[in-house]
Amino acid sequence: MHALANPARFLRIARPATSWLLLVGLALAIGGMVAGLTLTPPDYLQGETVRILYIHVPSAWLGMAGWAGIAAASVSQLVWRHPLAAVAGRAAAPAGATFAAICLVTGSIWGRPTWGTWWEWDGRLTSMLVLFFLYLGYIALGSAERERGGEGRIAAIYGLVGAINLPIIHYSVLWWRTLHQGQSIGLSGSSIDNSILWPLPLTMVGFTCLFGAAVLMRMRAELAETKVEARMRRMGTA
Amino acid sequence: MNPWPFVVAAYAVAILLTAALLLWSFASMRRAEAAADAITRK
Repeated sequence: MHALANPARFLRIARPATSWLLLVGLALAIGGMVAGLTLTPPDYLQGETVRILYIHVPSAWLGMAGWAGIAAASVSQLVWRHPLAAVAGRAAAPAGATFAAICLVTGSIWGRPTWGTWWEWDGRLTSMLVLFFLYLGYIALGSAERERGGEGRIAAIYGLVGAINLPIIHYSVLWWRTLHQGQSIGLSGSSIDNSILWPLPLTMVGFTCLFGAAVLMRMRAELAETKVEARMRRMGTA
Repeated sequence: MNPWPFVVAAYAVAILLTAALLLWSFASMRRAEAAADAITRK
């Protein structure tokens, strides 16, 4: 990771990676969604609404993975003072917030025909909503620190403290058995039939690539803005 | 209850929000890199 500490070296890798992630992400996400809508059978209990799974699960994964990335960037910034860590954290936050929002909205839409309610203050739903608000706080804190020329240490500490919410989200379905169903897909296998499950890896990988592309684009934007600001300062003092 | 309006609404939200995120990220990157290139050429 320290090999990428040089912004010029990082940009040499990030420029082609952005295009590839966009292309592969769009192909897999569109392919997976089309397959999920047209090629899989309805579930025997949930019927057609099971198709929301193909967008809800990737968005839940990316909402949580985004904050895990922020926490990793925070450690990298606070411990090793990696020069790109704060940039990476700030770049990951809007993408993570977007996917956390998609997870909440699609879950709510799925809940209405399945549970008979748009919202319930259930452990999983509430902890995911807390994650979305944590993202908003991180975005506000990160931009405020950047505007006043800070190193982003307060945002990094906030990013680490906020990571406490990740195990709460993960274990919420075991700790508080209310409305949200337990884990259907784990490392040891899945309780979902393969005839329904197979498009899910396509959308998982596809949306993850799009997430990566959005983060790289935001990082490139911030590095270019920093370059312009530094040049303007030098011109102002000359 | 017809489930299809719910399925369509969920996909529409996911596609619109993802597209908005990608377009905003792309536009801000292009604008910032164009400004950086212009100031380097000066």
